[in-house]
Amino acid sequence: MPEIFGIPSAALFGQLLIGLINGSFYALLSLGLAVIFGLLNIINFTHGAQYMLGAFCAYFLLSRLGVGYWWSLLIAPLAVGALGVLIERTMLKPLYKLDHLYGLLLTFGLALVIQGLFRNEFGSSGLPYPIAKELAGGHNLGFMFLPNYRAWVVAASLVVCVATWFVIERTKLGSYLRAATENPALVQAFGINVPRMITLTYGFGVALAALAGVMAAPIYQVSPQMGADLIIVVFAVVVIGGMGSIMGSIVTGFGLGIIEGLTKVFYPEASNTVIFIIMAIVLLIKPAGLFGAQR
Amino acid sequence: MSAVRKLSAALGLAFAAMSAPMVANAQVSDGVVKIGVLSDMSSLYADIGGPGSVAAARMAVEDFGAAKKGMKVEIVSADHQNKPDVGSAIARQWYDVDKVDVIVDVPTSSVALAVSQVTRDKGKVFLVSGAASSDLTGKACSPNTVHWTYDTWMLANGTGSAIVKSGGNSWFFITADYAFGHALERDTEQVVLKNGGKVLGKVRHPLNAQDFSSFLLQAQSSKAKIIGLANAGGDTINSIKQAAEFGIVERGQNLAGMLVFLSDIHGLGLTTAQGLIFTESFYWDLNDQTRAWAKRFAPLNNNKYPTMVQAGVYSAVLHYLKAIEAGKTDDGTKVVAQMKKMPTDDPLFGKGSIRADGRKLHPAYLVEVKKPVESKGPYDYYKVRSQIPADQAFRPEKEGGCSLVK
Repeated sequence: MPEIFGIPSAALFGQLLIGLINGSFYALLSLGLAVIFGLLNIINFTHGAQYMLGAFCAYFLLSRLGVGYWWSLLIAPLAVGALGVLIERTMLKPLYKLDHLYGLLLTFGLALVIQGLFRNEFGSSGLPYPIAKELAGGHNLGFMFLPNYRAWVVAASLVVCVATWFVIERTKLGSYLRAATENPALVQAFGINVPRMITLTYGFGVALAALAGVMAAPIYQVSPQMGADLIIVVFAVVVIGGMGSIMGSIVTGFGLGIIEGLTKVFYPEASNTVIFIIMAIVLLIKPAGLFGAQR
Repeated sequence: MSAVRKLSAALGLAFAAMSAPMVANAQVSDGVVKIGVLSDMSSLYADIGGPGSVAAARMAVEDFGAAKKGMKVEIVSADHQNKPDVGSAIARQWYDVDKVDVIVDVPTSSVALAVSQVTRDKGKVFLVSGAASSDLTGKACSPNTVHWTYDTWMLANGTGSAIVKSGGNSWFFITADYAFGHALERDTEQVVLKNGGKVLGKVRHPLNAQDFSSFLLQAQSSKAKIIGLANAGGDTINSIKQAAEFGIVERGQNLAGMLVFLSDIHGLGLTTAQGLIFTESFYWDLNDQTRAWAKRFAPLNNNKYPTMVQAGVYSAVLHYLKAIEAGKTDDGTKVVAQMKKMPTDDPLFGKGSIRADGRKLHPAYLVEVKKPVESKGPYDYYKVRSQIPADQAFRPEKEGGCSLVK
C-alpha cells in the first residue's frame, strides 16, 4: 500500500474525509455566528446553547410526539429561531449602542443558565437519538466505510452555507442587510424597517445553530453541554476566518476541520489545541483574520 | 484594531470565567465532622458521581444515625471541573480555611492524585470512589488515602481476561490522554499479554473529545479483533455510538468498554449497548438490600439509579463515621488506621476489609448488557455473568509497589 509520511494513503484519505465532515459542523455554526456578528455586532455566546436546544428539540419531537428527523430539520430551527427572536426583542435590543462586551456577557450568562437548567433536568450523560431510517447504513469507498448519514451532513451543510452566502452577498435583500449595518439611519430613511430586519437576522442565525444541532443529534449524544464543548472551537474558527466575514467562516470551518482531522493521525494528543495554535498565529500576523476587513 | 483588541480581551475574560473554581461556602467549624464531596458537578462525569454522590453521602450520614449519636456532621460540595489545579486549590481551601476533615469521591484520576498529595500533606482523609488509577494504592499510595470502589487493575483483570479467554486475542486501544487512561491501558495491556494476546496499536485522544470517527478509523485499519476503550463517561458513550455508525462491529471487530457505568448504558440505550461486557463492583439489582437502597436513592437523584461510584461514596462515608465513633478521634491519619483495623460491612458491598496500601476489598462482577427484549424497564440493564471474589478482584498487595506495604 502506498504511504504518505509513513501513513497508508488509504487511511489518510479517510481522515481527510472525516475532517471535512467535522468541518461542515464548524462551518454551519460559525456561519450563524458570523451572520450575527457581521450584521448585529453582537458576539453571540448563546450560540452553543442554541445548537444544544436544536438537538433537544429534535429529541422531544421524536420521543414525545413521534415526529421524525426530516420534520425536525424544519421545526426545530423554526422553534429555536423564534426563541432567538424573543431574546433579541427583550434582551439584546437595548445593548446595541453599547460596547461588544455587554452583548457578550449577556449571551454568555444566558448560555450558562440554559445549559444549567437542562443539566439539572436531563443529567450529563445525554440522551440517544437514532439515525433516520433513510440515512442508516453506508457505503464502502474502498479506503473507508462512509456512513450515509455523514455524507448527508456534508452535502446539506455545503448547500446551506452557499445559499446563505448567496443571499447576503448577491441579492437585494442581502444588500439591504449590509447597508443597514453600515448606516441604519440612512436605510431607514428609504422606508425599510431596520429593527425588524435585525430581529429576523438574529432569528436566522439562531435557526442555523439549531439546524446544526438537529444534524448533530444522531452522531453525538443529545446532551446539555454538547454546545459548550463546541462553541469555543467555533469561536476560534470565526476569529481565524475574520469576525463577521461570511465566506471566511465557511472556508475556515471546512479548512480547520481538515487540519484537525490530519492532526488526529499525526499527533492525536494535540488535536484539541491545534485550532488555537493556528488562531494565535493568525492573530499575530493578520489581526483581523484571514478574510476579515480592518474595522 | 481596537475592536479586535477589545474582543480578544472579552474572549479572554469569558474563558477565565469558565475555568474559575466554584468554592463552597466558607464556614469555620470545631467539634464538627465536615465531609467535602469533591466531584465533577457539571461535565462529562457528573452523572457518574456529581450531585448523586452528595445525595449518597447524605444517606450515609443519616443511616449512621449521626444525629441520634450526638455527632455533628456537615456536608459541603464543590465542582473540580476535572482540572487538577482547580481540585487541589479547593482541597487546600477546604482543609485550611473551612475545616473539612475528609474529602470523598473525586472522579478523574489526575485530580485524585493531586488531592491525595494535598491530603497527605495536611494529615486529613481522602476516600476515593470516582477515580480509577491503580497508582492511588500503588506507587502513589498514602497513609491518608483509601481507594474504595474500583480501580484500573480490577477493570483490566475482570474484563480483559474474560475477553482474551473467549478468543479476543488482538487488541487496539483508544485511550483518554491523562493519568486514568494511561493506567487503564497499561493494566489492560498487561492482562492481555499475560493471557497470550497481543496489542497491535493504540491512539490517545484528549479528554472530553466529541468526535471519535478518526480514532475509530485508525482502530479499524489495525485489523485488531478487539478495540479496547480506555476512556470513560461521555467519551465512552460517543465512542460506542460512533463505532455503531461506522459499522465496526458488523465488520467483525468487537468493542471492549474497559470502564462503563450504569449511567452510560442509560444514555446509550440498550439497542446500541446490548452485548457489551464489562466489570462493575456494584449493581443496584444484586440483592434485596441493594434494591431497597437504590429505591431510596433514586428520588434523591432526579430518579436516576445509582452508579457504583455513588454506592461507593455511601459505603465509604458510612465506614469512616463508624471508625470515628470507634476510635473517638477525627485526626485524619488515626482515622484511616482505625478504618483499616475494622472490617467493613454495609448493605451495598457486603463484608470486606481495607488493606495496608489503602485498597478496599470486595467482590467484582462481570456483567453483560441485556438485549432490549430482556429488559423489564429503565435501569434493568445488566445480566451478571460471574462474580470475582474479593481476594482475586484486586491487584495483589505486593505487586503494587506501595511503600506502606512491608
